[in-house]
Parts: sequence; C-alpha cells; structure tokens
Amino acid sequence: MVSQLIFAIILAFAIGLFSLNVRKIIRNIRLGRAVDRSDRPVERWKKMVMVAFGQQKMFKRPFPALLHLLVYLGFVIINIEMLEIIIDGLFGSHRVLAILGGFYNLLLAAFEWLALGVLVGCLVFLIRRNIGRLKRFSGKEMTFWPKTDANLILITEILLMAAFLIMNATDHKLQLSGMSHYITAGSFPVSSWLMPLLPEASGRLMWIERSAWWFHIVGVLTFLNYLPYSKHLHIILVFPNTYFSKLTPKGQFTNMDSVTNEVKAMLDPSFAPPSADGLPARFGAKDIPDLTWKNLMEAYTCTECGRCTSVCPANITGKLLSPRKIMMDTRDRMEEIGKNIDQNGEFKDDGKFLLDSYISREEIWACTTCNACVEACPVNIDPLNIILELRRYAVMEESQAPASINAMFGNIENNGAPWKYAQSDRDNWKNS
Amino acid sequence: MAEMVAKGETPDILFWVGCAGSFDERAQRITRDICKILVHVGIKYAILGTEESCTGDPAKRGGNEFLFQMQAMMNIQVLDGYEIKKIVTACPHCFNTIKNEYPALGGHYEVIHHTQLIQQLIDEGKLKAKGGESFKGRRITYHDPCYLGRGNGVFEAPRQTLESLDAQLTEMKRCRSNGLCCGAGGAQMFKEPENGKKDIHVERIEEAMATKPEIIAAGCPFCMTMLRDGVKAKEKEQEVQVLDIAEITARANGLF
Repeated sequence: MVSQLIFAIILAFAIGLFSLNVRKIIRNIRLGRAVDRSDRPVERWKKMVMVAFGQQKMFKRPFPALLHLLVYLGFVIINIEMLEIIIDGLFGSHRVLAILGGFYNLLLAAFEWLALGVLVGCLVFLIRRNIGRLKRFSGKEMTFWPKTDANLILITEILLMAAFLIMNATDHKLQLSGMSHYITAGSFPVSSWLMPLLPEASGRLMWIERSAWWFHIVGVLTFLNYLPYSKHLHIILVFPNTYFSKLTPKGQFTNMDSVTNEVKAMLDPSFAPPSADGLPARFGAKDIPDLTWKNLMEAYTCTECGRCTSVCPANITGKLLSPRKIMMDTRDRMEEIGKNIDQNGEFKDDGKFLLDSYISREEIWACTTCNACVEACPVNIDPLNIILELRRYAVMEESQAPASINAMFGNIENNGAPWKYAQSDRDNWKNS
Repeated sequence: MAEMVAKGETPDILFWVGCAGSFDERAQRITRDICKILVHVGIKYAILGTEESCTGDPAKRGGNEFLFQMQAMMNIQVLDGYEIKKIVTACPHCFNTIKNEYPALGGHYEVIHHTQLIQQLIDEGKLKAKGGESFKGRRITYHDPCYLGRGNGVFEAPRQTLESLDAQLTEMKRCRSNGLCCGAGGAQMFKEPENGKKDIHVERIEEAMATKPEIIAAGCPFCMTMLRDGVKAKEKEQEVQVLDIAEITARANGLF
C-alpha cells in the first residue's frame, strides 16, 4: 500500500513537472511570428510518416541510420511496457497484462530483443562519439554541455535497458521457483542469458527485481523530465516539425508581403496598401520574436547531429558559419528570453539580440544559400531561412551589408544587372 | 521581342538570357549556343533585349527584398505586356526566381531551364547529336547547380543529354541532391569569401578532378566561372575543359 502511494506521488509529480515545462516550451515557440502551414494536409501527413516515422532522410547515411533505427524502434515499442508498469505500480498488481496470454509472451519476447538492440545501438553510438572522433561531433558549437548531453542520453538509455533486462531475469527466476506473487507469464529470450549470474536466495532475488523495477520506472520519468532541457526533445517534436515542413521547392524563398505592399504603392500611386496593423515591427530578424514559430520549433527539434554542418560548403572550407550553430544559438537565445519572462513577468530588455550577441555577421554572410543543410537535416529543419531573415534585417533595417554586396545592389538598381554594365548594352552579345 | 510584336508575330518561347549570359564574355558563348540550338530545331524564340533586367535573385539572397520585388514587378510588367506564357532561361538562378518567386507577385509563366529544353528536344527526336564533334566514350562529370538540382529537383535532364551522346558519365562523390555548391550562390559571386582555409570552388574542383574528367559539364554561368577559376588554380586548363550542357549539345550537332 505504501509503495503504491509513493508510486502515485512520483508519477503525479513527474507528469506535473513535465506539463509545466511543456507549457513553457509552447509559450517560447509562440514568441515567434505567425506563418501559415495549414495547407495541403495530405501531403503533410505523408511527409511526417516518411520523414519522422519512416526515418527516410536518416538513410542517406546507412550505418548510423541502422543503429538509430534499433534505438528508435526499441524506444517506441518498449514504451508499451510502460502501460503495464504504471497499472502495476498504482494497483499493486504484478504483470497485469499477462491476461493477454500468448500474445503477452510474444510481446515480452519482442521487448527483450528490442532492448538488446537499444543496448547495442547506444553502445556503438557512445564509442562513435567518444572514441571514433567523427568530425561532425566536434566543432566550435560543440562545447562541454552539448557533448555531455549526448553522452547522458546514451548512458541513461543503456541503464534503463539494463534495468529492464535484469528485472525480467529475476522475475523469470522467481517464476520458476514458484513464488506465488510472481505468476508465470512472459517469455524471456534475452534476459534468460543473465540467469546464471543471479543469486539463488529468493529474498535477494525479490530485492533485485524490485530495485530494477523502481530504477526503470523512476529512470523513465526522470528522463521524461530531462527532455525539455535536452536535444533529445526531438523524439517528440520531430512529429509536428515534419508535419509543418516547408513544402515549396527548396530554391523558393519566402515572399515578404509587407514589402510587396510598399513596392506596389511605389510603382502605382493609386494603390492603397492594406492597413498597417498587419505590418511586422521589423523587416527581417534581429531577435527571437522576429522569427516565425516554425523557426523556433525547429530550434527545439534540432538534435545537434551536425549533418547540416558536415555538408555546408562554407564550413567545409573553414569558414565560421555552421548551420548547426545557427539552430543551437536560436534555441539558447529563445530559452534566455523565456527565463527572462519567467523572472520578470514580461520580457525586460537585456541588451542582447540573436544577431551579434549570438550569431555574428561573418557567419550570415558566408552562406551560399545552397540548401545543402536543409537537404541533409533528418528532421526537416531549415537553418537557411533564419540566415536569410538575419540578412534581411542587416540590409533593410541597418543598411549593413558588406561593401561589395552594396555595390551589387547599386548596380541592379541603376543598370538592372549586378555588374556595372549599361542596360543598353544587354544585347551586344548578338553582335560579337 | 519588340521587333516581333511590330511584325505581328508571337514567339513559341521567350529566351531569358540573364545578366551573366548578356555581359559575361564566357557566358555570352553559352547564350549564342542556346540560340543556335533554338534556330537549328526551328523554335521561334524572342529575347527581351535591352528591356530585360536582373530578375532580382542576388538582391533577394542578399537580403534586399525591396530591390528584389522592384525588379520582379518591373520584369512582370514587361513580360505581361508581351503576353509571355513560356520562358526558357540559361541560368538556374533566373529559372528558380521566375518560376517560384514571381507567382506570389503576380507573374505566372511556364518556366524551363535550357537543359530541360535540350532534353525534351532530344526526346522528341529533334536533336540527334549528328554532324558534329563526337563525345562517345569521353569522360564527362556533371556539376549540379544548387538552384537547378537541390533547389528544384532537376537532376536527370542534364545527365540524360550527356548520356544521349554516349559519353562516359562519371559522378563526383557529392552529386545530385548531395552536390557541393560551387561557392557562387547566395550573392557570394559578388563578394570576397569570408576567411577560411580554402576556397569552395577549389574544394569542388579537387573532387571533380578525382573523377579524371576530360570535360566538366555545367548548367549555370556562375558555376561556370567558379569551376573555371578552380581549374585555373589547379593549372589544369590544358587537360580539362569546363563546358555548359548547351555548348556540348551545340558541338555534338555541329552548330558553329
């Protein structure tokens, strides 16, 4: 009875804390500007099924994709077991889903194999990260915390799976010894390998079984509450993020309707622009509220895998720009603003901005807008859109473009070509 | 175009030459080869000539949306004035901008890139690759322009034109949707690169060289500039040519 009460308290606390943090994340995402991504629902569902559920883009790199698939499948399917653990915990029952009979055995056998898959996958991932020296796991933005975050996730998953298997092994042994509480249920193809390592005394077995059970469930609930602080949040946000993907061709950049109205008014004095209420405070983006909610959702979805940076032509050739850093900076600044709001009730000017305080001019001007980062991202993040918005701010609000870019703008304005040639010479090529 | 209208004629297609094709000496040769192909197959085409102006692509990628939209709306006025329906461009940047970004500003046209047109002409049997230089068995590697390939999913048309020449098409490690940029996009063409350890076009040329090509094929005048700079930097001008798909097609058909 006491343990049921403790369990209920822990569960309620974990779920309460998690919802609190989820609300903060939603509030932070809503700091962004509106953008309509509600069109073409069928295409959007398809995109989500292929990219999120089907991990389509992961398979550009088959080896990590396979390992990731093991962990992903294990994680998703073993969570069905959570249902049983929660019921058992609340009502003091044991293996309540055993009423499913033969299907339960099948289910448990599958869980065990998947748990092994997760274990192996995470171990190889740990080795790749810490011993393999893969280039994309290093870089300027991969400071102490992002690296630790990655290792914490992997180690936690290994511990959780180990606890799950130890729990099953002891349970199995207790079942075989005929303990009345431990009803004969389940099939244990993997954990039975551990049986020879276990003690014989049923008291100690029960102690190990209970410890493993508690460790597993408390671990899972702790992990759940770690998500909001971690890059691991992608396991949830990948679904909305891929659903709201950009569906237009990658080469197509957003049209700024606010500019369209002004240009129309310039070209046609009789054109009456719609009321100014809809105009954004700024052209382009200087800080978080100037970006769209989709940009911000992407920053929370980023799992810092570095595929974007590893294919970025600027980064490959040693420039400062790293698309991953653009996303990490956006998240860091957004969370900073979120904390500011938590402390002050509303945002109080802190003298910082996404542009300059986090992302430098040198970074945004090194981009070739080639879309390699967008193509590479396994969860359909678009770092290029943020870079473009920052450029728009620098150019249209501050007139702070590199001098040669300004010269190019001047040429287009004056001669209709990015170079200093007269428009009247445009068809001279016919004559040579 | 104005002359055609004066004569009461309407073209089958408008050839959008682009700034590079109009002013860059190397790109002018591509422009002329596209015209030769159009004449050869009997397509009635027009150009805007001095009425053409920058599409605004480098302004937009450079963050100057005002300038982009000014350019776009002026161009749309001209195009609509001539009731243009179909456009072929020599540059993937013009192609992308007119095709994808003009509709939001009221300009709706059927836009194709010249490599797509050439492929269609080959498919229709109008271009037979006869009477000119033979490319049979010659090693050609094709560089995907970002705004044609990744940007708009056109990967096969340029490759099919090369395959129809029985050339030996060799792929670079980073090709198609994984293609590496030449370094010119996003208004980089008009500025010096930021500090780094290497130029992007050199990185790309090293990759191209690894396929031991006789010819590096391009489909974009900006890629053309960057790739040629790369070949020069490696002092390989004698061994390797950088040619546009249109130039290769014109040569294969003996259009001089």
